[in-house]
Amino acid sequence: MEFAELIKTPRVDGVVLHRPFLPTVEGTLCLTGHHLILSSRQDNTEELWLLHSNIDSIEKRFVGSLGSIIVKCKDLRVIQLDIPGMEECLNIASSIEALSTLDSVSLMYPFFYRPMFEVIEDGWNSFLPEDAFKDLESMTDEWRLSEVNKDFSVCPSYPPLVAVPKDIDDETLRKVATFRHGGRFPVLSYYHKKNGMVMMRAGQPLTGTNGRRCKEDEKLINATLRPGKRGYIIDTRTINVAQQAKARGGGIESEANYPQWRRIHKAIERSNVLQESLIKLVEACNDQSHNMDRWLSKLEASNWQTHVKEILTTACLAAQCIDREGASVLVHGTEGTDTTLQVTSLAQIILDPSCRTIRGFQGLVEREWLQAGHPFQQRCAQSAYSNSKPRQEAPVFLLFLDCVWQILRQFPCSFEFSESYLVLLFEHAYASQFGTFLGNSAAERAKLSLPEKTVSLWSWVNRHQEIERLTNPLFEANSLVIWPSVAPQSLLLWEDSQYIDVIYITIIIIIIILFTISKKYYYDINA
Amino acid sequence: MTLVLLFQVENVKLLDRVSPRRSRVGTLYLTATHTIFVENEAGVRNETWVLHSLVCSLEKQAATSSGYPLLIHCKNFQVLHFAIPREQECQDVHLSLQRLSQPESYEELYCFSYKPNVDDEERQNEWDFMNLKADYSRMGLPNAHWKLSPANRNYKVSDTYPADLFVPESATPPVIVGSSKFRSRGRFPTLSYYSKENHAAICRSSQPLSGFSARCLEDEQMLEAILRSNPCSDFMYVVDTRPKLNAIANRAAGKGYENEDNYSNIKFQFIGIENIHVMRNSQQKMLEVCELRSPSMSDFLEGLESSGWLKHIKAVLDAGIFITKAVAEEGVSVLVHCSDGWDRTAQVCSVACVLLDPYYRTLQGLMVLIEKDWISFGHKFSHRCNHLVGDPKEVSPVIDQFLECVWQLMEQFPCAFEFNERFLITIHSHIYSCQYGNFIGNNQRERIQLGTHSLWSYLWTNRTDYINPLYRPDHSQTQGLLRPSTAPYCFKFWRGLYNRFDQGIHPRQSVEDYLRTIQEETQQLEDPGGRLHWWIHHQQPLSAKSTRQQRPHPPAPGLEPDVHLQPLQQQRPRVGDCRLELSFTPQ
Repeated sequence: MEFAELIKTPRVDGVVLHRPFLPTVEGTLCLTGHHLILSSRQDNTEELWLLHSNIDSIEKRFVGSLGSIIVKCKDLRVIQLDIPGMEECLNIASSIEALSTLDSVSLMYPFFYRPMFEVIEDGWNSFLPEDAFKDLESMTDEWRLSEVNKDFSVCPSYPPLVAVPKDIDDETLRKVATFRHGGRFPVLSYYHKKNGMVMMRAGQPLTGTNGRRCKEDEKLINATLRPGKRGYIIDTRTINVAQQAKARGGGIESEANYPQWRRIHKAIERSNVLQESLIKLVEACNDQSHNMDRWLSKLEASNWQTHVKEILTTACLAAQCIDREGASVLVHGTEGTDTTLQVTSLAQIILDPSCRTIRGFQGLVEREWLQAGHPFQQRCAQSAYSNSKPRQEAPVFLLFLDCVWQILRQFPCSFEFSESYLVLLFEHAYASQFGTFLGNSAAERAKLSLPEKTVSLWSWVNRHQEIERLTNPLFEANSLVIWPSVAPQSLLLWEDSQYIDVIYITIIIIIIILFTISKKYYYDINA
Repeated sequence: MTLVLLFQVENVKLLDRVSPRRSRVGTLYLTATHTIFVENEAGVRNETWVLHSLVCSLEKQAATSSGYPLLIHCKNFQVLHFAIPREQECQDVHLSLQRLSQPESYEELYCFSYKPNVDDEERQNEWDFMNLKADYSRMGLPNAHWKLSPANRNYKVSDTYPADLFVPESATPPVIVGSSKFRSRGRFPTLSYYSKENHAAICRSSQPLSGFSARCLEDEQMLEAILRSNPCSDFMYVVDTRPKLNAIANRAAGKGYENEDNYSNIKFQFIGIENIHVMRNSQQKMLEVCELRSPSMSDFLEGLESSGWLKHIKAVLDAGIFITKAVAEEGVSVLVHCSDGWDRTAQVCSVACVLLDPYYRTLQGLMVLIEKDWISFGHKFSHRCNHLVGDPKEVSPVIDQFLECVWQLMEQFPCAFEFNERFLITIHSHIYSCQYGNFIGNNQRERIQLGTHSLWSYLWTNRTDYINPLYRPDHSQTQGLLRPSTAPYCFKFWRGLYNRFDQGIHPRQSVEDYLRTIQEETQQLEDPGGRLHWWIHHQQPLSAKSTRQQRPHPPAPGLEPDVHLQPLQQQRPRVGDCRLELSFTPQ
């Protein structure tokens, strides 16, 4: 298929672009296979380059012969293009619609994108499981790296290499995989250096209605307990939902079969509900009535902040079990690819200072989201403005980023990165020139040959210029566990990032000036 | 310093609102001015001091296993929950506090017994620090259009107005007196703010006594004079800050609002800000939400919505923006009034000033603004803040709303204000504490500053505590007019004030403290003597700063936010430093 077939009008002059908080721009609109470009053709003016894959939905409006297209993006931006001429407008609109809803992954922009920068470090090799395991090996010898899933046959959503207890052989793992949803047998998620406690994650056990049991599963998770110690299983579903799952073959670890484990149910909402919640939240934010009662009741009805509170509370609980109770933890929900990952990754932000650095956070996103099999492509296919019926879409990753932002706001000096970093990850998860967030699992990524055919987001981020832009000037390494508050008064709404940016950049400039002065004197004195 | 000890109770428990496990045991001292709780814990002498004048309500609750509970709500939103071992002791504390926290005459107020170590001349200097005339000359007054009128020198024309007032050059004494007779409480239209750049002015008054059809020639001439004092404009706005229905209802009582037909070239506008009773109930509801024990997100948001508090804050800010636009963008003068012109009018005029003039966004400017639009123009502080025992229907958080509007603006424009949140909170506390003479009484005529101290001078002396390190007066965004967004999501819940004492819910690191530390270090570096000093004490790179403090982490994650009581007053003595004079011993 040729992109040109879909482009009915490649160029229109005299188009006016309206963006919130920015002056309007008049210029030429061009459509290419992957981009909507608006250029005023003057020096020093910013051009608009919008990826078609970033477009969530469009609306057309006509006043006389002047048409307007309102483009609603997956990154929640809304822009308006005033296009002279009815026919041009209709053509542009239908072309955008066609180009933004291409189904085939291999037609996505990352496969066509060639970097304009020099790749110093290939991001595809920056976070290999074997490297992460080397760090673990330096702390403990109780774990091994298993290749049981090297051809993705045991668990299609797991990476080829996973860390498991040393005494558990691959044969046992294969048996456990048949007992866990999606073959997701318990694997190591985090090792708490301070007391040697661990956090594991898995899919739900497939006990079914007749209480099936799996000795190997019990053996595996018991192998992670110290003698005489008990552990906690954190189930991210309510007890009712978990019980109902039995009818569909799922279930819970019964106390009789897992006497050394205490099960705690903490309800976190699941995909469909979350998508609804995001749609309602964005609708409330865009409400033009400026009515306070309406805003607060819509905000409340969206339940977005309730989800943030639930997720943070559960992550705090997991971290508390590990750090305060000195107990190991197993986290799972149903599939173990959504709420489970929110909990395990946030618990690491709380417990592990290295996850609060720019590179450490990449490592966390790699380990706990990309390699752990969060289905990014399904979850991020549509965003809050989509008119089509949601299928697998859910802002699971966005909620995780929101929770990180909440902790960042409560500990503004403990993170090496600034809010812009979180915004950047959000944007690239939904639409990107990089291949990092394509596909739903390590297996799919391997099949698409992404490392060979596309550029990694990390290759771009981990360059001097970008790191500088994303660095939090207030950062001072804090080796402590950081406990966020989850009281409603403590949780804020993560507002329109573009507006905040203006203020934030001012702050950063001031800090940099102050820092430069201080440092200058410091070096003066030492010289 | 001497504290008069009335009596003390041993083995009192200070209960933690969220987690009973974290209650503390200690001794409760009742002095003539403070309630003091001293923790018994060996090694630490944790003290909680509460001024009697800050006590808002007392509630005895049913006995529990830990004793007889006494719940104390304070006007600075501190809530103390004591459990007292014996019923009789609880009764004693309750009765004594009830008496002590409800003074009946001004002489009983704390400001008359508060004696820091300052001689009389210095004390007088404290009061001379605030000079409103200087602010009017800063605005360029008097000038060809506005003059200082001696009409109210002896508070004869309006007993709730200040002695010095600016009126249009063409307003003759008969016009002033005539207009004042046609306005509630004699509060005739007079100048609040004057814009040098375009001659537009903000004037204020009370409602006209128009009833259904009454007219007053002098009042019409007065407005005409205000209009003429702005040569660039051919009309002016009259803004009634009440909801239209309330204004109409007032007509039946012979009051009401201006009829556009009777006044030449006015544009009349209602802006619906609710009355003091609605505001009092709204804040009460909001505070109940703040006090909920581990509420869910929905509880909190629903409660916040049904309190209506943020809606009212937005209404005040919207009104301020309307006036700002008229003055700065259209160059049109505005007359603002409500009923008596001392509550909503004060709010709206002062919010407009903050938006219009960068001076009022400085430390000194905000103090001047409160002195001008609130204290001098007769906001009834003693009634509204319940300084003396009085009519509970007169109490209303009108000034709280003004301070909150400023805070909301600071959240939107973090670099535009010279002062920080702490400055607003300190002002708030002292409006209620009665420690300083500034806010005592209901108007200038009534105000007796004999022997009292001035808050403004105290704040100015300690200004380093209140400086916003992000303040950038030269930044384009902070100069001139502020244009805030009034989208509802820009209005936030002010946790720093209303949940001020629930420390577990506040951010544990503060950008402001961090920047302050850097700034202090930078200043030391810039001063040659300081550089050496700094170098000796900081033989380490800046990234490993030892001077900065990490706030304590709670032992358990957010599930049980821990509550630390923080001291209210900065210059407070400790029990150990005071001589306790025993004047009463319980049987």
